[in-house]
Amino acid sequence: MRACDIVIIGGGPAGLAAAVSARKQGIEDILILERDRELGGILNQCIHNGFGLHTFQEELTGPEYAARFIRQVDELHIEYKLNTMVMDISPEREVTAMNREDGIFTVKANSVVLAMGCRERPRGALNIPGYRPAGIYSAGTAQRLVNIEGCLPGREVVILGSGDIGLIMARRMTLEGAKVKVVSELMPYSGGLKRNIVQCLQDYDIPLKLSCTVVDIRGKERVEGVVLAQVDEKGKPVPGTEKEYRCDTLLLSVGLIPENELSREMGAAIHEVTCGPKVDESLETSVEGVFACGNVLHVHDLVDFVSEEAAAAGRHAAEYIHRLKRTKERPARGKTVPIEAGSGVRYTVPCSVCPARVEDKLIIRFRVDQVYTDCYVSVYFDDERILQKRRLAAAPGEMEEVRLTRKQLREAPGLGRITIKIEER
Amino acid sequence: MEKRELTCIGCPMGCTLEVRIEEDGGIEVAGNTCGRGDSYARKEILSPARIVTTTVRIDGAAEKVLSVKTQKEIPKDKIFACSAALKKVQVKAPVYAGDVLVENIADTGVDIIATKTVLE
Repeated sequence: MRACDIVIIGGGPAGLAAAVSARKQGIEDILILERDRELGGILNQCIHNGFGLHTFQEELTGPEYAARFIRQVDELHIEYKLNTMVMDISPEREVTAMNREDGIFTVKANSVVLAMGCRERPRGALNIPGYRPAGIYSAGTAQRLVNIEGCLPGREVVILGSGDIGLIMARRMTLEGAKVKVVSELMPYSGGLKRNIVQCLQDYDIPLKLSCTVVDIRGKERVEGVVLAQVDEKGKPVPGTEKEYRCDTLLLSVGLIPENELSREMGAAIHEVTCGPKVDESLETSVEGVFACGNVLHVHDLVDFVSEEAAAAGRHAAEYIHRLKRTKERPARGKTVPIEAGSGVRYTVPCSVCPARVEDKLIIRFRVDQVYTDCYVSVYFDDERILQKRRLAAAPGEMEEVRLTRKQLREAPGLGRITIKIEER
Repeated sequence: MEKRELTCIGCPMGCTLEVRIEEDGGIEVAGNTCGRGDSYARKEILSPARIVTTTVRIDGAAEKVLSVKTQKEIPKDKIFACSAALKKVQVKAPVYAGDVLVENIADTGVDIIATKTVLE
Protein backbone atom coordinates (compact mmCIF):
# COMPACT_ATOMS: atom_id res chain seq x y z
CA MET A 1 0.00 0.00 0.00
CA ARG A 2 1.27 3.42 -0.92
CA ALA A 3 2.01 5.76 1.99
CA CYS A 4 1.69 9.53 1.88
CA ASP A 5 2.15 12.35 4.38
CA ILE A 6 -0.94 14.38 3.46
CA VAL A 7 -3.81 13.27 1.23
CA ILE A 8 -6.19 16.07 0.28
CA ILE A 9 -9.70 15.07 -0.70
CA GLY A 10 -10.87 17.50 -3.36
CA GLY A 11 -9.04 19.84 -5.75
CA GLY A 12 -11.30 22.88 -5.52
CA PRO A 13 -10.34 26.17 -3.88
CA ALA A 14 -10.04 24.62 -0.40
CA GLY A 15 -7.95 21.62 -1.46
CA LEU A 16 -5.63 23.75 -3.61
CA ALA A 17 -4.97 26.32 -0.88
CA ALA A 18 -4.44 23.59 1.73
CA ALA A 19 -1.93 21.81 -0.54
CA VAL A 20 0.03 24.98 -1.33
CA SER A 21 0.16 25.94 2.33
CA ALA A 22 1.29 22.48 3.51
CA ARG A 23 4.03 22.40 0.86
CA LYS A 24 5.27 25.82 1.98
CA GLN A 25 5.53 24.39 5.50
CA GLY A 26 8.00 21.83 4.18
CA ILE A 27 5.82 18.78 3.51
CA GLU A 28 7.12 17.01 0.40
CA ASP A 29 4.73 14.11 0.12
CA ILE A 30 1.28 15.52 -0.72
CA LEU A 31 -1.42 14.01 -2.96
CA ILE A 32 -4.61 15.77 -4.11
CA LEU A 33 -7.48 13.53 -5.24
CA GLU A 34 -10.05 15.24 -7.50
CA ARG A 35 -13.11 13.61 -9.04
CA ASP A 36 -13.57 16.09 -11.91
CA ARG A 37 -11.45 16.20 -15.08
CA GLU A 38 -9.69 19.40 -14.00
CA LEU A 39 -8.62 21.18 -10.83
CA GLY A 40 -10.48 24.27 -9.60
CA GLY A 41 -13.76 22.74 -8.48
CA ILE A 42 -16.91 24.79 -8.77
CA LEU A 43 -14.89 27.96 -9.55
CA ASN A 44 -14.66 26.70 -13.15
CA GLN A 45 -18.37 27.29 -13.68
CA CYS A 46 -18.46 30.56 -11.70
CA ILE A 47 -17.47 32.72 -14.68
CA HIS A 48 -18.71 35.96 -13.06
CA ASN A 49 -16.29 38.33 -11.38
CA GLY A 50 -15.93 39.47 -7.79
CA PHE A 51 -13.54 36.77 -6.54
CA GLY A 52 -10.25 37.62 -4.89
CA LEU A 53 -10.91 41.11 -3.51
CA HIS A 54 -9.47 40.06 -0.15
CA THR A 55 -6.79 37.64 -1.35
CA PHE A 56 -5.41 39.48 -4.39
CA GLN A 57 -6.96 42.98 -4.00
CA GLU A 58 -8.48 42.69 -7.46
CA GLU A 59 -11.68 41.35 -8.94
CA LEU A 60 -11.21 38.06 -10.71
CA THR A 61 -13.59 35.61 -12.34
CA GLY A 62 -13.84 32.09 -10.88
CA PRO A 63 -11.58 30.45 -13.50
CA GLU A 64 -8.99 33.22 -13.06
CA TYR A 65 -9.03 32.83 -9.28
CA ALA A 66 -8.65 29.05 -9.58
CA ALA A 67 -5.80 29.45 -12.08
CA ARG A 68 -3.74 31.42 -9.56
CA PHE A 69 -3.80 28.48 -7.17
CA ILE A 70 -3.44 25.82 -9.87
CA ARG A 71 -0.29 27.59 -11.07
CA GLN A 72 1.15 27.43 -7.54
CA VAL A 73 0.31 23.73 -7.29
CA ASP A 74 2.18 23.17 -10.56
CA GLU A 75 5.15 25.32 -9.62
CA LEU A 76 5.48 23.54 -6.29
CA HIS A 77 5.25 20.16 -8.07
CA ILE A 78 2.38 18.95 -5.93
CA GLU A 79 1.02 15.64 -7.17
CA TYR A 80 -2.66 15.31 -8.05
CA LYS A 81 -4.90 12.68 -9.61
CA LEU A 82 -7.91 13.76 -11.69
CA ASN A 83 -11.06 11.76 -12.52
CA THR A 84 -10.48 10.05 -9.19
CA MET A 85 -13.32 9.27 -6.82
CA VAL A 86 -12.58 8.65 -3.15
CA MET A 87 -14.75 5.78 -1.91
CA ASP A 88 -13.77 5.47 1.71
CA ILE A 89 -11.52 6.84 4.43
CA SER A 90 -10.90 4.60 7.43
CA PRO A 91 -10.39 6.00 10.96
CA GLU A 92 -6.74 4.88 10.51
CA ARG A 93 -6.61 7.26 7.52
CA GLU A 94 -6.46 4.66 4.78
CA VAL A 95 -7.93 6.42 1.74
CA THR A 96 -9.53 4.12 -0.85
CA ALA A 97 -10.13 5.67 -4.27
CA MET A 98 -10.66 4.64 -7.87
CA ASN A 99 -10.02 5.89 -11.37
CA ARG A 100 -9.66 4.44 -14.87
CA GLU A 101 -5.85 4.16 -14.83
CA ASP A 102 -5.15 2.83 -11.35
CA GLY A 103 -8.39 0.93 -10.72
CA ILE A 104 -9.13 0.73 -7.02
CA PHE A 105 -6.22 1.75 -4.84
CA THR A 106 -5.54 2.60 -1.21
CA VAL A 107 -3.20 5.22 0.20
CA LYS A 108 -2.13 5.16 3.83
CA ALA A 109 -2.07 8.81 4.86
CA ASN A 110 -0.37 10.25 7.91
CA SER A 111 -2.81 13.12 7.66
CA VAL A 112 -5.96 13.82 5.64
CA VAL A 113 -7.43 17.20 4.70
CA LEU A 114 -11.16 17.05 3.89
CA ALA A 115 -11.98 19.58 1.15
CA MET A 116 -14.94 18.01 -0.65
CA GLY A 117 -17.08 21.14 -0.77
CA CYS A 118 -20.85 21.11 -0.70
CA ARG A 119 -23.88 20.09 -2.70
CA GLU A 120 -27.10 21.91 -3.52
CA ARG A 121 -30.30 21.21 -1.64
CA PRO A 122 -32.52 19.42 -4.17
CA ARG A 123 -36.23 19.66 -4.92
CA GLY A 124 -36.87 16.47 -2.96
CA ALA A 125 -35.89 18.29 0.25
CA LEU A 126 -38.52 21.00 -0.23
CA ASN A 127 -41.99 19.40 -0.19
CA ILE A 128 -43.26 21.24 -3.25
CA PRO A 129 -46.42 19.58 -4.53
CA GLY A 130 -47.00 18.92 -8.22
CA TYR A 131 -45.79 16.54 -10.91
CA ARG A 132 -42.14 15.92 -11.67
CA PRO A 133 -41.87 17.47 -15.11
CA ALA A 134 -38.65 18.30 -16.96
CA GLY A 135 -37.42 21.85 -16.49
CA ILE A 136 -36.65 21.88 -12.76
CA TYR A 137 -32.96 22.43 -12.05
CA SER A 138 -30.86 23.43 -9.11
CA ALA A 139 -29.25 26.78 -9.88
CA GLY A 140 -25.75 25.28 -9.89
CA THR A 141 -26.77 22.60 -12.41
CA ALA A 142 -28.15 25.31 -14.68
CA GLN A 143 -24.90 27.23 -14.18
CA ARG A 144 -22.90 24.23 -15.32
CA LEU A 145 -25.16 23.71 -18.34
CA VAL A 146 -24.84 27.31 -19.47
CA ASN A 147 -21.20 28.05 -18.61
CA ILE A 148 -19.50 24.70 -19.32
CA GLU A 149 -21.79 22.66 -21.56
CA GLY A 150 -22.95 25.72 -23.49
CA CYS A 151 -26.70 25.05 -23.48
CA LEU A 152 -29.57 27.12 -22.14
CA PRO A 153 -31.91 25.04 -19.97
CA GLY A 154 -35.00 27.18 -20.62
CA ARG A 155 -36.49 30.39 -22.01
CA GLU A 156 -38.94 31.57 -19.36
CA VAL A 157 -37.64 31.17 -15.86
CA VAL A 158 -38.84 31.43 -12.27
CA ILE A 159 -36.24 31.15 -9.52
CA LEU A 160 -37.06 29.91 -6.03
CA GLY A 161 -34.61 31.05 -3.38
CA SER A 162 -32.44 34.14 -3.38
CA GLY A 163 -29.12 32.52 -2.56
CA ASP A 164 -26.16 33.92 -4.44
CA ILE A 165 -26.12 31.22 -7.11
CA GLY A 166 -29.79 31.89 -7.89
CA LEU A 167 -29.14 35.62 -8.22
CA ILE A 168 -26.09 35.08 -10.40
CA MET A 169 -28.10 32.72 -12.62
CA ALA A 170 -30.93 35.25 -12.94
CA ARG A 171 -28.45 37.61 -14.60
CA ARG A 172 -26.70 34.88 -16.57
CA MET A 173 -29.93 33.47 -18.07
CA THR A 174 -31.06 37.02 -18.91
CA LEU A 175 -27.79 37.74 -20.76
CA GLU A 176 -28.25 34.50 -22.70
CA GLY A 177 -31.67 35.63 -23.86
CA ALA A 178 -34.01 33.98 -21.36
CA LYS A 179 -36.74 35.93 -19.54
CA VAL A 180 -36.45 35.65 -15.77
CA LYS A 181 -39.91 36.50 -14.48
CA VAL A 182 -39.44 36.56 -10.73
CA VAL A 183 -37.21 35.44 -7.87
CA SER A 184 -39.20 34.16 -4.91
CA GLU A 185 -37.70 34.01 -1.40
CA LEU A 186 -39.38 32.21 1.49
CA MET A 187 -37.71 34.35 4.16
CA PRO A 188 -38.51 38.05 4.71
CA TYR A 189 -34.90 38.86 3.68
CA SER A 190 -32.61 37.65 0.91
CA GLY A 191 -29.98 35.00 1.58
CA GLY A 192 -27.67 36.56 -1.00
CA LEU A 193 -25.13 39.36 -0.93
CA LYS A 194 -26.43 42.94 -1.39
CA ARG A 195 -24.13 43.44 -4.32
CA ASN A 196 -25.78 40.52 -6.13
CA ILE A 197 -29.30 41.83 -5.47
CA VAL A 198 -28.35 45.12 -7.10
CA GLN A 199 -26.18 43.90 -9.96
CA CYS A 200 -28.08 40.71 -10.85
CA LEU A 201 -31.72 41.65 -10.21
CA GLN A 202 -32.15 45.44 -10.09
CA ASP A 203 -29.88 46.00 -13.12
CA TYR A 204 -32.24 43.83 -15.19
CA ASP A 205 -35.55 44.81 -13.54
CA ILE A 206 -36.12 41.30 -12.21
CA PRO A 207 -38.57 41.42 -9.29
CA LEU A 208 -37.65 39.83 -5.94
CA LYS A 209 -40.65 38.65 -3.93
CA LEU A 210 -39.87 38.16 -0.24
CA SER A 211 -41.93 35.93 2.11
CA CYS A 212 -43.13 34.11 -0.96
CA THR A 213 -42.83 30.48 -2.06
CA VAL A 214 -43.79 27.96 -4.73
CA VAL A 215 -47.03 26.16 -3.83
CA ASP A 216 -47.60 24.32 -7.11
CA ILE A 217 -45.70 23.32 -10.23
CA ARG A 218 -47.91 23.07 -13.35
CA GLY A 219 -47.20 20.76 -16.28
CA LYS A 220 -46.72 17.03 -16.62
CA GLU A 221 -44.03 16.47 -19.27
CA ARG A 222 -42.40 19.91 -19.06
CA VAL A 223 -42.88 22.74 -16.58
CA GLU A 224 -45.70 24.99 -17.85
CA GLY A 225 -45.95 27.33 -14.92
CA VAL A 226 -45.51 27.71 -11.18
CA VAL A 227 -47.86 29.12 -8.57
CA LEU A 228 -46.36 31.43 -5.95
CA ALA A 229 -48.06 32.42 -2.71
CA GLN A 230 -47.23 34.75 0.16
CA VAL A 231 -46.32 33.04 3.44
CA ASP A 232 -47.11 34.12 7.02
CA GLU A 233 -44.57 34.53 9.84
CA LYS A 234 -44.45 30.76 10.29
CA GLY A 235 -43.70 30.16 6.63
CA LYS A 236 -47.20 28.81 5.86
CA PRO A 237 -48.74 29.88 2.55
CA VAL A 238 -51.60 32.39 2.94
CA PRO A 239 -54.73 31.22 1.03
CA GLY A 240 -55.96 33.71 -1.55
CA THR A 241 -52.50 35.12 -2.34
CA GLU A 242 -51.66 32.60 -5.08
CA LYS A 243 -50.42 33.92 -8.40
CA GLU A 244 -49.51 31.83 -11.43
CA TYR A 245 -46.44 32.55 -13.55
CA ARG A 246 -46.16 30.94 -16.98
CA CYS A 247 -42.68 29.52 -17.43
CA ASP A 248 -40.81 26.49 -18.79
CA THR A 249 -38.08 26.37 -16.15
CA LEU A 250 -37.85 26.52 -12.37
CA LEU A 251 -34.43 27.05 -10.81
CA LEU A 252 -33.86 26.22 -7.15
CA SER A 253 -31.35 28.16 -5.09
CA VAL A 254 -32.41 27.01 -1.68
CA GLY A 255 -29.26 26.31 0.22
CA LEU A 256 -26.06 24.30 0.19
CA ILE A 257 -25.21 21.28 2.29
CA PRO A 258 -21.63 20.25 3.08
CA GLU A 259 -20.87 16.91 1.44
CA ASN A 260 -19.81 14.74 4.36
CA GLU A 261 -20.59 11.13 3.47
CA LEU A 262 -16.87 10.26 3.71
CA SER A 263 -16.44 12.15 6.99
CA ARG A 264 -19.46 10.42 8.55
CA GLU A 265 -18.39 6.93 7.55
CA MET A 266 -14.94 7.64 8.94
CA GLY A 267 -16.60 8.40 12.27
CA ALA A 268 -15.98 12.16 12.43
CA ALA A 269 -18.44 13.96 14.72
CA ILE A 270 -20.76 16.15 12.64
CA HIS A 271 -22.13 19.52 13.78
CA GLU A 272 -25.91 19.50 13.63
CA VAL A 273 -26.25 23.09 12.40
CA THR A 274 -23.43 23.35 9.84
CA CYS A 275 -23.68 19.66 8.76
CA GLY A 276 -19.88 19.83 8.61
CA PRO A 277 -17.37 18.11 10.91
CA LYS A 278 -16.86 19.52 14.39
CA VAL A 279 -13.39 21.04 14.47
CA ASP A 280 -11.08 22.63 17.02
CA GLU A 281 -8.76 25.64 16.70
CA SER A 282 -6.47 23.63 14.40
CA LEU A 283 -9.44 22.73 12.15
CA GLU A 284 -8.84 19.13 13.23
CA THR A 285 -11.91 16.89 13.30
CA SER A 286 -12.72 14.39 16.04
CA VAL A 287 -10.63 11.85 14.10
CA GLU A 288 -6.94 12.38 14.86
CA GLY A 289 -4.86 13.74 12.00
CA VAL A 290 -7.92 14.56 9.87
CA PHE A 291 -8.51 18.25 9.14
CA ALA A 292 -11.37 20.01 7.31
CA CYS A 293 -11.70 23.31 5.47
CA GLY A 294 -13.85 25.16 2.96
CA ASN A 295 -17.48 24.39 2.20
CA VAL A 296 -17.26 20.83 3.51
CA LEU A 297 -16.73 22.39 6.94
CA HIS A 298 -19.36 25.13 6.69
CA VAL A 299 -20.79 26.97 3.70
CA HIS A 300 -18.93 30.21 2.95
CA ASP A 301 -20.11 33.30 1.01
CA LEU A 302 -16.68 34.33 -0.26
CA VAL A 303 -13.99 32.08 -1.72
CA ASP A 304 -11.34 34.36 -0.22
CA PHE A 305 -12.30 33.12 3.24
CA VAL A 306 -12.23 29.53 1.98
CA SER A 307 -8.64 30.03 0.79
CA GLU A 308 -7.63 31.61 4.09
CA GLU A 309 -9.24 28.84 6.14
CA ALA A 310 -7.79 26.12 3.91
CA ALA A 311 -4.30 27.59 4.18
CA ALA A 312 -4.68 27.32 7.96
CA ALA A 313 -5.83 23.69 7.66
CA GLY A 314 -2.82 22.91 5.44
CA ARG A 315 -0.49 24.54 7.95
CA HIS A 316 -1.99 22.59 10.85
CA ALA A 317 -1.77 19.32 8.91
CA ALA A 318 1.91 20.11 8.21
CA GLU A 319 2.55 20.80 11.90
CA TYR A 320 0.88 17.52 12.73
CA ILE A 321 3.23 15.68 10.35
CA HIS A 322 6.32 17.47 11.69
CA ARG A 323 5.35 16.63 15.27
CA LEU A 324 4.62 13.05 14.36
CA LYS A 325 8.06 12.66 12.77
CA ARG A 326 9.82 14.34 15.70
CA THR A 327 8.17 12.53 18.55
CA LYS A 328 6.76 9.44 16.83
CA GLU A 329 3.61 9.99 18.79
CA ARG A 330 0.80 12.41 19.25
CA PRO A 331 1.39 14.87 22.11
CA ALA A 332 -1.38 15.19 24.67
CA ARG A 333 -3.97 17.76 23.63
CA GLY A 334 -4.05 19.83 26.78
CA LYS A 335 -7.16 21.44 28.17
CA THR A 336 -9.90 22.10 25.61
CA VAL A 337 -12.51 24.84 26.03
CA PRO A 338 -15.87 24.65 24.21
CA ILE A 339 -16.96 27.62 22.06
CA GLU A 340 -20.73 28.04 22.26
CA ALA A 341 -23.21 29.81 19.99
CA GLY A 342 -25.19 32.08 22.34
CA SER A 343 -28.38 33.98 21.60
CA GLY A 344 -28.56 35.32 18.06
CA VAL A 345 -25.75 33.05 16.82
CA ARG A 346 -26.52 29.90 14.81
CA TYR A 347 -23.11 28.24 15.01
CA THR A 348 -19.42 28.89 15.40
CA VAL A 349 -16.39 27.40 13.64
CA PRO A 350 -14.34 26.19 15.43
CA CYS A 351 -16.52 24.86 18.24
CA SER A 352 -13.69 24.20 20.68
CA VAL A 353 -10.23 25.57 21.39
CA CYS A 354 -7.14 24.31 23.15
CA PRO A 355 -5.64 27.68 24.29
CA ALA A 356 -2.12 26.23 24.45
CA ARG A 357 -2.25 25.51 20.72
CA VAL A 358 -3.43 28.89 19.47
CA GLU A 359 -0.73 30.44 17.28
CA ASP A 360 -1.01 34.23 17.43
CA LYS A 361 -4.76 34.65 17.03
CA LEU A 362 -7.92 32.61 16.90
CA ILE A 363 -10.48 33.48 14.21
CA ILE A 364 -14.00 32.41 15.12
CA ARG A 365 -16.45 32.52 12.20
CA PHE A 366 -20.21 32.41 12.73
CA ARG A 367 -23.59 33.32 11.32
CA VAL A 368 -26.36 35.31 12.99
CA ASP A 369 -29.90 33.90 13.10
CA GLN A 370 -31.79 36.89 11.66
CA VAL A 371 -31.30 40.40 10.32
CA TYR A 372 -29.98 42.83 12.98
CA THR A 373 -29.50 46.56 12.66
CA ASP A 374 -27.11 48.21 15.06
CA CYS A 375 -26.20 45.42 17.45
CA TYR A 376 -23.19 44.22 19.41
CA VAL A 377 -21.23 41.04 18.83
CA SER A 378 -20.10 40.04 22.31
CA VAL A 379 -17.60 37.44 23.46
CA TYR A 380 -17.93 36.01 26.96
CA PHE A 381 -15.29 34.06 28.86
CA ASP A 382 -17.63 32.15 31.18
CA ASP A 383 -19.88 34.95 32.54
CA GLU A 384 -17.48 37.80 31.90
CA ARG A 385 -17.77 39.86 28.73
CA ILE A 386 -14.28 40.34 27.33
CA LEU A 387 -15.07 41.80 23.93
CA GLN A 388 -17.87 43.84 22.43
CA LYS A 389 -17.92 44.87 18.79
CA ARG A 390 -20.59 47.18 17.38
CA ARG A 391 -22.11 46.10 14.07
CA LEU A 392 -24.39 48.49 12.18
CA ALA A 393 -25.87 45.57 10.28
CA ALA A 394 -25.67 41.80 10.41
CA ALA A 395 -27.56 39.28 8.31
CA PRO A 396 -27.59 35.47 8.07
CA GLY A 397 -26.38 35.73 4.47
CA GLU A 398 -23.10 37.36 5.45
CA MET A 399 -20.63 35.44 7.59
CA GLU A 400 -19.29 37.23 10.67
CA GLU A 401 -16.05 36.76 12.56
CA VAL A 402 -14.36 37.72 15.80
CA ARG A 403 -10.67 37.44 16.54
CA LEU A 404 -9.22 36.51 19.90
CA THR A 405 -5.54 36.90 20.65
CA ARG A 406 -3.32 34.23 22.12
CA LYS A 407 -2.72 36.62 25.02
CA GLN A 408 -6.44 36.88 25.80
CA LEU A 409 -6.73 33.10 25.87
CA ARG A 410 -3.57 32.48 27.89
CA GLU A 411 -4.55 35.08 30.49
CA ALA A 412 -7.69 33.13 31.37
CA PRO A 413 -6.31 29.94 32.96
CA GLY A 414 -9.54 28.73 34.59
CA LEU A 415 -11.62 29.31 31.45
CA GLY A 416 -14.60 26.93 31.25
CA ARG A 417 -16.34 28.07 28.06
CA ILE A 418 -16.36 30.81 25.44
CA THR A 419 -19.73 32.16 24.24
CA ILE A 420 -20.44 34.35 21.21
CA LYS A 421 -23.68 36.36 21.47
CA ILE A 422 -25.58 39.06 19.66
CA GLU A 423 -26.74 41.80 22.02
CA GLU A 424 -29.11 44.52 20.88
CA ARG A 425 -28.32 48.09 21.66
CA MET B 1 -35.53 67.84 -10.46
CA GLU B 2 -35.46 64.06 -10.47
CA LYS B 3 -35.37 61.70 -7.51
CA ARG B 4 -33.90 58.20 -7.57
CA GLU B 5 -33.52 55.50 -4.96
CA LEU B 6 -30.46 53.25 -4.93
CA THR B 7 -29.12 50.51 -2.67
CA CYS B 8 -25.48 51.03 -1.77
CA ILE B 9 -23.30 47.96 -2.34
CA GLY B 10 -20.25 49.27 -0.50
CA CYS B 11 -20.78 47.00 2.50
CA PRO B 12 -23.35 44.60 4.02
CA MET B 13 -25.40 47.47 5.48
CA GLY B 14 -26.87 48.22 2.06
CA CYS B 15 -28.00 51.76 2.86
CA THR B 16 -30.98 53.03 0.90
CA LEU B 17 -29.69 56.11 -0.87
CA GLU B 18 -32.01 58.92 -1.92
CA VAL B 19 -30.50 60.84 -4.78
CA ARG B 20 -31.76 64.24 -5.98
CA ILE B 21 -30.65 65.28 -9.42
CA GLU B 22 -31.09 69.01 -10.06
CA GLU B 23 -31.73 70.58 -13.46
CA ASP B 24 -28.27 72.14 -13.44
CA GLY B 25 -26.73 68.68 -13.03
CA GLY B 26 -26.05 68.98 -9.31
CA ILE B 27 -26.41 65.75 -7.32
CA GLU B 28 -27.38 65.43 -3.68
CA VAL B 29 -27.13 62.11 -1.86
CA ALA B 30 -28.99 61.34 1.38
CA GLY B 31 -29.40 58.19 3.46
CA ASN B 32 -25.76 57.11 3.27
CA THR B 33 -23.88 56.28 6.47
CA CYS B 34 -20.41 56.86 5.07
CA GLY B 35 -18.54 58.41 2.15
CA ARG B 36 -18.68 55.24 0.10
CA GLY B 37 -22.43 55.67 -0.31
CA ASP B 38 -22.00 59.16 -1.69
CA SER B 39 -19.38 58.23 -4.27
CA TYR B 40 -21.25 55.05 -5.25
CA ALA B 41 -24.45 57.04 -5.88
CA ARG B 42 -22.66 59.68 -7.97
CA LYS B 43 -21.02 57.05 -10.15
CA GLU B 44 -24.29 55.12 -10.53
CA ILE B 45 -26.14 58.25 -11.64
CA LEU B 46 -23.49 59.81 -13.88
CA SER B 47 -21.87 56.79 -15.54
CA PRO B 48 -23.12 53.40 -14.40
CA ALA B 49 -20.74 50.76 -15.71
CA ARG B 50 -20.24 47.02 -15.26
CA ILE B 51 -17.76 44.34 -16.16
CA VAL B 52 -19.63 41.83 -18.33
CA THR B 53 -18.79 38.14 -17.97
CA THR B 54 -20.15 35.61 -20.42
CA THR B 55 -19.07 32.82 -22.77
CA VAL B 56 -18.26 32.35 -26.46
CA ARG B 57 -18.29 29.14 -28.51
CA ILE B 58 -14.98 27.31 -28.79
CA ASP B 59 -13.91 24.71 -31.33
CA GLY B 60 -11.40 21.94 -30.92
CA ALA B 61 -11.57 21.56 -27.13
CA ALA B 62 -13.27 19.30 -24.59
CA GLU B 63 -15.38 22.30 -23.54
CA LYS B 64 -18.12 23.70 -25.78
CA VAL B 65 -17.78 27.25 -24.49
CA LEU B 66 -15.02 29.49 -23.21
CA SER B 67 -15.50 32.00 -20.40
CA VAL B 68 -14.70 35.62 -21.28
CA LYS B 69 -15.05 39.12 -19.83
CA THR B 70 -14.79 42.74 -20.81
CA GLN B 71 -11.30 43.89 -19.89
CA LYS B 72 -12.74 46.94 -18.14
CA GLU B 73 -16.18 48.15 -17.14
CA ILE B 74 -18.46 49.10 -20.02
CA PRO B 75 -21.47 51.45 -19.83
CA LYS B 76 -24.46 49.64 -18.37
CA ASP B 77 -26.65 50.39 -21.40
CA LYS B 78 -24.17 48.55 -23.65
CA ILE B 79 -24.45 45.22 -21.81
CA PHE B 80 -27.00 43.67 -24.17
CA ALA B 81 -25.24 44.96 -27.30
CA CYS B 82 -22.07 43.32 -25.96
CA SER B 83 -23.67 39.95 -25.28
CA ALA B 84 -25.50 40.01 -28.63
CA ALA B 85 -22.23 40.66 -30.49
CA LEU B 86 -20.55 37.80 -28.64
CA LYS B 87 -23.24 35.33 -29.70
CA LYS B 88 -21.73 35.41 -33.20
CA VAL B 89 -18.16 34.88 -32.04
CA GLN B 90 -16.52 31.48 -32.36
CA VAL B 91 -12.90 30.88 -31.34
CA LYS B 92 -10.55 27.95 -31.80
CA ALA B 93 -8.46 26.21 -29.14
CA PRO B 94 -5.85 26.74 -27.86
CA VAL B 95 -6.79 29.95 -26.08
CA TYR B 96 -4.87 31.36 -23.12
CA ALA B 97 -6.37 33.36 -20.26
CA GLY B 98 -5.85 37.05 -21.03
CA ASP B 99 -5.89 36.60 -24.84
CA VAL B 100 -7.81 39.38 -26.59
CA LEU B 101 -10.64 37.71 -28.54
CA VAL B 102 -12.63 40.73 -29.75
CA GLU B 103 -11.38 44.30 -29.92
CA ASN B 104 -13.63 47.26 -29.15
CA ILE B 105 -16.78 45.26 -28.39
CA ALA B 106 -20.01 47.07 -29.31
CA ASP B 107 -18.07 50.30 -29.87
CA THR B 108 -17.23 50.67 -26.21
CA GLY B 109 -13.50 50.92 -26.75
CA VAL B 110 -13.12 47.89 -24.46
CA ASP B 111 -11.73 44.49 -25.51
CA ILE B 112 -13.08 41.03 -24.73
CA ILE B 113 -10.50 38.73 -23.13
CA ALA B 114 -10.50 35.01 -22.28
CA THR B 115 -10.67 34.23 -18.57
CA LYS B 116 -9.57 30.63 -18.90
CA THR B 117 -6.83 28.71 -20.65
CA VAL B 118 -8.33 26.01 -22.87
CA LEU B 119 -5.97 23.71 -24.74
CA GLU B 120 -6.71 21.54 -27.78
